[in-house]
Order: sequence, then structure tokens, then C-alpha cells
Amino acid sequence: MDSVKTFGLYLNMLGNVFSRPENKKVYLKRIVDEIIKLGINSLTIVSIISLFMGAVVTIQTGLQLSNPFIPKYLIGYATRESLILEFSPTMIALILAGKVGSSIASEIGTMRVSEQIDALEIMGINSAAFIIQPKIIASILFFPFLVTISMGIGMFGGFLAATLGGIISKPEFLQGLIYWFEPFYIFYALVKTVFFAFAISSISSFFGYYTKGGALAVGKSSTKSVVYSCIIILIINFILTQLMLA
Amino acid sequence: MIQVKNIFKNFGENQVLNDINFTFHAGKTNLVIGASGSGKTTLIKCMVGLHQTDSGSILFNESSFNDLAKKEKRKLRKEIGMLFQGGALFDYLTVEENIAFPITMFTNMHDEEKRERVNFCLQRVNLTNVNKLFPSELSGGMMKRVAIARAISMKPKYLFCDEPNSGLDPQTSIIIDNLIQEITEEYNITTIVNTHDMNSVMEIGQNIAFIDKGRLAWSGDKESILHSNLKELNDFVFASKLFKKLKI
Repeated sequence: MDSVKTFGLYLNMLGNVFSRPENKKVYLKRIVDEIIKLGINSLTIVSIISLFMGAVVTIQTGLQLSNPFIPKYLIGYATRESLILEFSPTMIALILAGKVGSSIASEIGTMRVSEQIDALEIMGINSAAFIIQPKIIASILFFPFLVTISMGIGMFGGFLAATLGGIISKPEFLQGLIYWFEPFYIFYALVKTVFFAFAISSISSFFGYYTKGGALAVGKSSTKSVVYSCIIILIINFILTQLMLA
Repeated sequence: MIQVKNIFKNFGENQVLNDINFTFHAGKTNLVIGASGSGKTTLIKCMVGLHQTDSGSILFNESSFNDLAKKEKRKLRKEIGMLFQGGALFDYLTVEENIAFPITMFTNMHDEEKRERVNFCLQRVNLTNVNKLFPSELSGGMMKRVAIARAISMKPKYLFCDEPNSGLDPQTSIIIDNLIQEITEEYNITTIVNTHDMNSVMEIGQNIAFIDKGRLAWSGDKESILHSNLKELNDFVFASKLFKKLKI
């Protein structure tokens, strides 16, 4: 019963979020601010994770494909496919659920307990739209960009691991990277990312927006937002993969 | 003028407001006083629409808040300024941006006009050279003054203050109290101050409602409060040794 009520509350919040902005200019400025805060500020962590993720995928694939009858360039191919199909969109989404999700929930939760949200309401501002809408739009716009960067850096990490570690030669790896390229997979990954971005930003905002209590409650909301975002990401991942690839 | 009529409010089984009737006059500092947990914050939150009343009506110059459409409520809210207990300043904005915030959202004022209005509001609350500071860089008293400046930036008709003196030293409290009274009289605002500070009551209490266990137990002004025979009110007013001496 409680979960039905919570879901109803979430839908009600989304209804308020997507209403007409009071001042489009201010909202646009807020979207740009959120892109910087949620997106650009995540570039470093995404790059570091992607570099090592690509390297590890290459080393592990190299270990599995030690059979001399299997062409070596398939290591580059497998690295590319793993990164595009799964590692970059899903892994990065899970990382962003932790970094961005907790930041959104704690920011909005603090605004709630320090009465800043009440202050907005009393001014006659739709607080849900003003606070949450720019975060959702910024995430949907910028997360696909982060995932695309992650794919590129991941492949570069794989390239470094393959060549510096002596797993395969440079031309073999590069041949694998361009072998049998399916552009639809990129589309699939970006579609997934858009859904993940919406889930992370809206779920985290929800837990922050309905925080009740003090500082302890803000921490709880932040934790809940990460846990629920991660679970929803995995469920969306399964459903979209079934719909788009199966 | 704001009138509250037959206000009831329950939180689950707990009755917080029980048949409150009172008139808050324009150009006067109207005080809602009572012990912690008596229901005064709930009353104020019902009046500004942050809580829904279970029954009863709240009339802002004869028009019932509860009967207004969503759009009209938003319009009315632009005429309301509120000073929160903790200030509720937006911590990601500077003092200047905080005060200009409602102006930016609801008017087409140019930057220069906005700056003039912000400076005027800051001068009105006796603050200078704080425009570029963030709320975290301000003292408690300064924060309250900035919050007042933000509350009056849109020239409100109604000003609500929730415990404006909490966390302040007695001297700063008096400054804030006097500022609220001056602004109220200067702009003929209907001001409602929610407090349990007896110093404030004696300083600015022009029209006082005493709430006890969710009921309006007494109403009057700062002169008559000292001569009431109501036990609950006397227990509240003369709780401190200083005021006990005053009674004798």
C-alpha cells in the first residue's frame, strides 16, 4: 500500500515538475547551471573510470581469447562492443546515480528542511518545477554526452592496455575496433542513457523533495535515492535491452 | 486585513487547531503567541497555504484563500512576504540575488532598477556593503534582516514572521522587532508575527492572539495582557522571574 502511495506521490510530483515555467529566462539560466553542476563537474570521474574500465575489459578479454584459432583483433572488437552496449551506459549511469543522485537528493533535502522550498511556494513559485525541472532537463541533455565520452575514453584505455601490456599489436586492436561496426548499438546505448538520466534525476529529486525532519533525514533521503536509482536503472536496462535487442 | 474563521486542523488523531477566529488588522503588528507546540506555527502555515485547513475560512481582504483557483492563489502569494525562523535564504545566491529573486521572477525590471530596489531594501533594514556576500557569511541578525529585505522587495500587502527573534541576542531582537513595526506602519502592511518571546510582545504587541492547546484562549494588546486573569495566559506571560516581578 505504501509503495502505491509513494508511486502516486512521485507521479504527482512529475505532474507539477512539467508545468509551465513562471519565467523562461530564469529557467534557461538554471538549466545551464545544472549542466555545469551535474554534467561538466562529473567529467573527471567519468573519464578516470572509463579509462580503467576499458583497460580491464581488454585485459580480461585477452585472457579469455587465448586460443590461437581465434583472431587477436577480436579483443578490440569485444572491447568496443562491451563498452558501447553495456559498460559505458550502465556502469556510468550507476556511478552517476551515486555521484549526481546523492548530490541532487541532499541539495533538495537541505532546501526542504531549511524551509527554502516553503519560501519559494509562498512567493507563488511552483517549487517542484523551479528546482527539479532544470535538473531533469540538464541530465537528459548532458548524460548522453558523458556516455559518449566514456565510450571513447574506454576504448583508448583498452588500446593502452592492449599495446603497452603487449596483449596484441596496435594495428590488430585498431582493426578490431572498426570491425563489423553496428551504428544502431550507439543509438541503443544513448536511448538507454536518456532513460537512466531521467530515472536518476527524478528519483533523487523525489526523495529530496519529500524529505521530512532534519539533517539525519537528508542523509537518509540521499542514501534512498542512490539505492532506488540503481535498482530502477537495472530494471530499465533489462526492459530496454529486451525491447531493442532481443 | 486578514480574518480567520472557524479554523480546524488535525494531524492524524492530534487536533492542532480548534475553532480559531481572529482578525489581523492592516497597519498593525498582529502577534500570535503561545507556548511551543500550541499550534501557532500551524496557524501561520495554514494562513499562507503551506498547510490545508480541515475546515474554516481565511479571508484576505474579504476574499477566501481556500476558494481561490490555483492561479489566483499564486497571484495572492505575490502579495505575501514571509520571514522564516531560519531566514530560508537561498544559500547558492548572494544577498543581492536573494533580495532580487522575487523581482527577477515576476517583473520585467532592468538590472539597474533591480539594483536600486535591492539597495533601497537593504538600506531600509540598515545593512550596507553586504550585497556580494553569501548567506553563510552573515551573522544570525544580518540573515534575519536580509530575509526581511527579501520579504519586502515586492512591496507586500501581508507580512508573516515566524519567530523572528529565535536565536538572536536581546539587543538584536529589539532591533528586528522595531524594524518590523516600522515597516508595518510605513507601508500599511498587515503583519502577523508568531512569537513566544515576551520582550517582543511588550515591544510591538498591538493586536495579540494567545493560542493555548490549539484554541484561541485570549486576545488583546500589550497593555491589557499584564492585567488578564486567565490562568493559562498568566502562566505563559509570567513564566520568567523578571516578568513575575512586574506582576507584583
